[in-house]
Formats: sequence, structure tokens, C-alpha cells
Amino acid sequence: MLSSKASCNSHGEDSSYFLGWQLYDNNPFHGVVNPTGIIQMGLAENQLSFDLVESWLRKNLDAMGLKKDGESVFREALFQDYHGLPAFKKELVEYMAKIRGNKVTFDPNNLVLAAGATSANETLIFCLVDPGQAILLPTPYYPGFNRDLKWRTGVEIVPVHCWSSNGFRITMSALEDAYQSAQTLNLKVKGVLITNPSNRLGTTMTREERSHLITFAIAKNIHIISDEVFAGTVFDSPGFISIMEAAMDRSLENENPGLWNRIHIVYSLSKDLGLPGFRVGMIYSNNETVVSAATRMSSFGLVSSQTQYLLSNMLANKKFTSKYMKENQKRLKRKKEMLVSGLRTSGMECLKSNAGLFCWVDMRHLLSSNTFEAETKLWKTILCEVGLNMTAGESCHCSEPGWLRVCFANKSQATVQIAMRRLRDFAER
Amino acid sequence: MGLLSRKATCNTHGQDSSYFLGWQEYEKNPYNEVNNPNGIIQMGLAENQLCLDLLEPWLMKNPDALGLKRDGISIFKELALFQDYNGFPAFKRALADFMGEIRGNKVSFDPNHVVLTAGATSANETLMFCLADQGDAFLLPTPYYPGFDRDLRWRTGVEIVPIHCTSSNGFKVTLPAIEQAYRQAQKRKLRVKGVLITNPSNPLGTTMARDELDLLINFIEDRQIHLISDEIYSGTVFTSPSFVSVMEVLKDRNLDQTQVWERVHIVYSLSKDLGLPGFRVGAIYSNDPVVVSAATKMSSFGLVSSQTQYLLSAMLLDKKFTKEYMSENHKRLQKQQKDLVSGLEKAGIRCLDSNAGLFCWVDMRHLLKSNTFEAEMELWQKIIYHVKINISPGSSCHCIEPGWFRVCFANMSESTLKLAIQRLKSFVSSIGMKSQSHQELKSLRRKARNNWVFRLSLQSFYDREQDTTTKVSFSYRPHFMSLSNIAATLDAAA
Repeated sequence: MLSSKASCNSHGEDSSYFLGWQLYDNNPFHGVVNPTGIIQMGLAENQLSFDLVESWLRKNLDAMGLKKDGESVFREALFQDYHGLPAFKKELVEYMAKIRGNKVTFDPNNLVLAAGATSANETLIFCLVDPGQAILLPTPYYPGFNRDLKWRTGVEIVPVHCWSSNGFRITMSALEDAYQSAQTLNLKVKGVLITNPSNRLGTTMTREERSHLITFAIAKNIHIISDEVFAGTVFDSPGFISIMEAAMDRSLENENPGLWNRIHIVYSLSKDLGLPGFRVGMIYSNNETVVSAATRMSSFGLVSSQTQYLLSNMLANKKFTSKYMKENQKRLKRKKEMLVSGLRTSGMECLKSNAGLFCWVDMRHLLSSNTFEAETKLWKTILCEVGLNMTAGESCHCSEPGWLRVCFANKSQATVQIAMRRLRDFAER
Repeated sequence: MGLLSRKATCNTHGQDSSYFLGWQEYEKNPYNEVNNPNGIIQMGLAENQLCLDLLEPWLMKNPDALGLKRDGISIFKELALFQDYNGFPAFKRALADFMGEIRGNKVSFDPNHVVLTAGATSANETLMFCLADQGDAFLLPTPYYPGFDRDLRWRTGVEIVPIHCTSSNGFKVTLPAIEQAYRQAQKRKLRVKGVLITNPSNPLGTTMARDELDLLINFIEDRQIHLISDEIYSGTVFTSPSFVSVMEVLKDRNLDQTQVWERVHIVYSLSKDLGLPGFRVGAIYSNDPVVVSAATKMSSFGLVSSQTQYLLSAMLLDKKFTKEYMSENHKRLQKQQKDLVSGLEKAGIRCLDSNAGLFCWVDMRHLLKSNTFEAEMELWQKIIYHVKINISPGSSCHCIEPGWFRVCFANMSESTLKLAIQRLKSFVSSIGMKSQSHQELKSLRRKARNNWVFRLSLQSFYDREQDTTTKVSFSYRPHFMSLSNIAATLDAAA
């Protein structure tokens, strides 16, 4: 009666990742109203710097009010062009460059707007991969990729296994192994998708990893998709090196134009600016055909012109964006350190991280056995008895049991302290 | 192995057709009352720009809605973080109520059955993904919105099989036509999953009669398939007969607790009724909880900006405003349509009798050199180059009779409309005077026809609006003059 897509569960929403959310929704923590409720530590949202954005908005009422110099620009704000508001794209590429320390510049004509990175990722896959083909993804990875990259596209994900023994870094042999697995399964590999900074680990890619990827992509003649949605959350050294910068450093445009045309970036304002509700995502590619196809596909998920207008004004204010970036990074660092030390007092170590809105926490010593069943049991205990919703490594396709992702940027200081206290009590037991 | 996907390199998006020439020409030379009075007038854009002057004062009087405040307090943070694919509850309630009002409150809509999407474009595609698999088919009455070729087929792999309608009965859907389409699908070994209708119709501008809807409901009941009713123009019905939604017919026939109730789905949007295409507000309405659930999850790929949901929930909740707006909207649409119809009549051109939409379905068959799509293309190109008006040829809407054109009227002022009509009048009279040199022209063309070139480069063809895309089927037009040749020939004949 319905399509197979509607009746299957490839959307992946039956996984534990989403279950924790549901339980949280039924019993959410609130400092005053529900102090014993579940604290949401599974949500990678950046709520630390809203006051800065709100202060900008208060001083720039015209932008919200669809006005310019007091005159209504409502009609101009009503356009429906899948090329996007030119002023907005110009500001976006400048902002993207700024985040990358202005070591790369981006051309607004190579930028395609999409309704969030969710839409951008799916669209890129539709452009690069046919149904039944595969892309490689280093583990652990964002659980939402199962839906975003596979569900309606019919594409397969083959994991590139990473291990705690080397800090979960991508190795050449891991890439080769994944490629071999795909071949064994008769799956044509079209590309590798990395998230840099990593969503799970909170780390930025090393020079070595970048080098492996580029070498590998050249050898296998495949695409590199670099999901850089957390690029603006790098709060510590080493700094962030975008795949584009790595490509430029190796002069790929001249030395290997084939690969230059197979590198694509996904970005969004949801994590850096903390605006997930506004649905602002984008694809950046040097490949004209990809830009053209993705632009047409963006018809299925355009960004509201009202939102484009508001944000083009915000990003045009360079003083604001500089201040925001600096302050945001400071606050992220502080919160992360608070979480790390709090976890340490409960006997839990975190993977050393310099970015993201979360820590990757080692709870292997708390497992009753070195299995994913034990991990699930632990996760459930922490959810139901300790009242903390974290993300179990298994839902992120981690290859080793015992790692959990814990978010810190959506909580006030007080809430984090309460969470840490609960964990301490639990650990003592 | 192809570097990119087949989807990226094929032309199922339909934007390769030579049709987009009209857009390209318009973009190069757009009419402007002050700056470019001899430019091309855009009548291929089905946008409602007649009532923006009503929206603006509402925005001024309701600064909280734009300013993301509630009772004067900023709720910016709440909205900035709101990315729940179940949608902003107040907005869904307001939207469901608004949809009910448009249908004279003869049906009511449950907000829990509403799925928000980034425009009807996204809604239609999502419904395809939910109801059909790759290689399945949907039946669509012709003529239909050219964008469907992309929206329903491109990434879904679903096929469209046309239900051919003709001018002999005002392009109404008939049972023999539906059955013929079904048989066609079977011949092509396609499993038919449903029928998709646009009611009011784009490009006809007419509402479906109750008997047509009955016919369709009987058909889908019989074949156990789905019916999608794209009702995005439901708020543009400006004169009788009034709009009857398929939901109303189901209710009247007491089918609302039966199986067929769960196989009828509505697509809606605020782009046409409220004239807000840029805000990307679309919706799927379904009584099938599995469809609602799947579509809701899929809406992750095209959520509506929370900033926009908040603004519009405030606007739609202002019932006094929406009532006044809709009433004035209808008045202005009716006037503009009447002006176009009577103006064209004076030029000897008739329109299909219409009561809705932002366009007229115009009969220019008598202006064709021959009853062929080639002649239709020739006429269309003349209208772009010499009359300097961009309109949509019927072949781009898969009409099976050559000579029909969709002409939009709601995206321009009264004076621009007058000018367009004037230009058309002059053109029609000049054709009359030139019938003698027609023979000379014919032989010149025969020579020129031997120089095909022809493939315009791919450019942004949906630059403004997706309503005017076309995929001109090459089976209709085996010969095609190169542009420069046409221009040269016409100049020579002038």
C-alpha cells in the first residue's frame, strides 16, 4: 500500500539514540519545576552564547522587522530563488573563511543553500552516489547519518573502524579494510564522508589523517565529503584545518584537479551560531556539475527568505561575528573543562578534545563485561536511575563498547553541577 | 563508473528543455515600468503579488510576530532552538483552521494530521517517497504543472502517466481517459500507486466539479490506490463555482471512516494564497497515521524555519485579518482576471472559462500556422521576441492539443497588464496583415530548418519560480529551428 521506505525502519529512529530522547521528553529536568527529572546530555546544541545574538538583535530591530533604514523591505524578502539571497551567500562565505582563519577563501557561486545540514548531506549523496552504491564513514559517527545518507537515497554506509588504541584516529589500513569490505559485499564505493571536527569525539583531524584521506581518495578515485558543521566550535589547539585548506596546501587544483573536483564541504549555522530552528545549511563544491545539480535539488529544501534576510544582516556585522566567535569559543572551553573535571572526580576520563559541544567519555571500566549488551545496560541505568540522557557508543557505531557521548553546551553551570553530583553518587555506588 | 550519480547527470529535472529560453530572455531584458518599458513582461510566473500591500500594514501593527516576541518578551532562544519535526503546535493549529476556513468550514482539519514541509515542492516529493517505490507510477490529468516532472519523478524514480484531457469538454477528467491512462501504465509494466490531481487546476484555473471528484474517488476505491489532491490554489477561488475539496466529497458520501479515507492526501502551501513563496511553507495532510509518521520523519529534510512558523502562526491566528485578506484577495484576482480575459477577447483570443488560480488558459490555436507543436513553439518564440511577453506553452504542461498557453496575471500591476494586452492586440492584428507574406516565409523557413543547432546551455531556469518549467517532449517536435535562424527569418519577413 505504501512505499517500502515508509514501511521500513531505515530512518533509524528506533535506535536507542532516539529512545533516550523520548524518555527525556516525558520527564524533562527543570531546575525549579522538576529537579529530579532527566537531564538532557544527548543533545548537541549550543546554547551558551544566545545572549550575544539577542543583544545584536535588540540593536538591529530593522533586520528582524524586514526593514532597511526604517523602510519596509518586505517585498524584497519574499523572493523564491534557489540561488539564494546573494547578500546572504556572500556573508556566509566570508564567515566560513573567517572560521578557517582566512586561510581559504570561498566563492559564493560554489555555495548551495539547503534547509539545514540534514538536507545538505542527503542532497550531496543524491548527487554523488547511486542507489546500491556505498560511502565509507569513520566510526564512531552521528547516528542521524543512517537516516540522512541512506534512507531515501538507497545508498549503503560501510564503516571505517577507528579504535581507542590510537585515539580513534583514521588510519590508512582502516580505510583500506573498509574498502575491501565494501568490495566483498559487492558495493561500489563512491566516497568517504568525514565529520571534522568529529561529532562524537570532539576532535579535529590531524595532518596525518588528512594526508591519508587525500592519498586514499586519489588512489581509489572517490569523493571526499567533509561535514564541517562544528568548525566554529574549535576552542583549543590544535586549530581547525578544513579539507579545503589541506587541498590547497597540496596544490590539488593544479596537481590533481580530479580530486579538487571531488572535494565537497557541508556546513550549517546550527552548531556554531546555535540556530538549529532556522534551518540554514549549505553545500560547498568546486565541481560545477555538483553545484548545478545540488542547486536544483535544493528546491526540495530552500531556506526561508525571511531567515536569509535576517542572517545576512547579522553576518554582515563583522564586529559582531568576531566578538561572537571569540566569546563562544571561550565559553565552550570553560564548560568542557568543567565537564571533564567533574567526570574525572567520578573516575571517568574523556578523550582529549579541542572542539564540539560534547565529550567522548570512557566508561569501559564500569561495564560488567566488554560487550555492547553491557554498554546498553549501563546506558539505561544512567538514563533511568541516574537521570542523565547520554548517547551510547553503539548507537554511534563505535567499534568498542564502553564509550558514551556527553553534551555540555546546552546546560547552565548549575545543571552541569547537578549532573556531575548525580554521577559521583552513582560511581560511588 | 560515473563520477557523479545518475540523478545529477540526467535531465529528469526537466530543466534542459529549450523552454527555459523564455526565462533566459526575460532575465536578460526584464520589463520595468520606469527603467525598461520595452522589456519582456513576465507572464510565466504564477505568483500572487496583488495583496502585498495588505500584508505590510499587518506586519507593522504586529511587531512582536516579526520581532520574535510573545507579549513583548523575546522568545528568540526558544525559536532558534526549535527544530522539532512535529512543527510548532500553534502554527499547525492555525494552519489547520485556515485550511478549514478556505473550504467554508465544511470540513475540519486535525493539526495532528498535518506535516509541515519546506513548500509544496517538498510536500509532493515527500508524499511520493511515502506512497510509491522506484518504478511505480502516478496518473496525472493533463495539462499539468511542469514542475511535477521534477518534483514527483527526479529523485524518487517514480513515473508519471498522463490522463489526457481535451478542450472538447473543457479539459475535464473523464472515466475513459483515466482508464486509458491506467491501461497505458500496465502496458509499460508500471504499477499504478495513485492519481494526483491539482484542484484548483494549474494551468487551467478551474475548480474540479463534484462529479469529477466522485469519478476519481470511485476509481481509486475500485483499484485500491491513492489520491493526492494538490490544493495549493484553494484560496484563489475568486468566483463561482465555489471550491469543493475532495475531503468534503468524502465526508458527504460518508466515506470518512472507510479505507479510502486513509488513501486520500492533501498538499497545501501558503505560497499562492498568501503570496509568500519565499517563506517555504508547505503541508501534507493525511488521515493515514503511517503516512503522517513517515512523512513527519522525512520532513527533516525540509523543515520550515521556526522564525517563519512563528510569524505565520500569529498572522493566521488573526482571523479578522485573514478573512479580510482573503476577501480582498479574491476581489483583486477576479478583477485582474476579468481585465485579462476581456482584453484578450478584444484581440480575438478566447480563454477557458476559469474561476480560480493566478493565470488563464488561453486558446491561441487559431494563431498557429498548423495544428502542430512545432507551430506552437514558433508562436511562443515570436511572443517572446517580438511581442516581448513570456508565457508558458501548453506543450510544457503536457497538453495534447497544440495552441494553448498559460498566461499569468497576478504578478503585475493593472497598468502592466494593460500594456501586455496592448502588445498582444498589436501582434494579432499584425499577423492578419502578414498572411500574404506567409508563403514567402514558409520557403525561407524550409531552408533554415536544415541548420539545426540547438541546445541551450543549462542555466538557472527555476530562477524565480518553479511553475513554468517544461520538458518539451522531442517526440512532438522532430524539427527545431536554431534561434538565430528564427530571428533572422522573422526579421527578413518583417
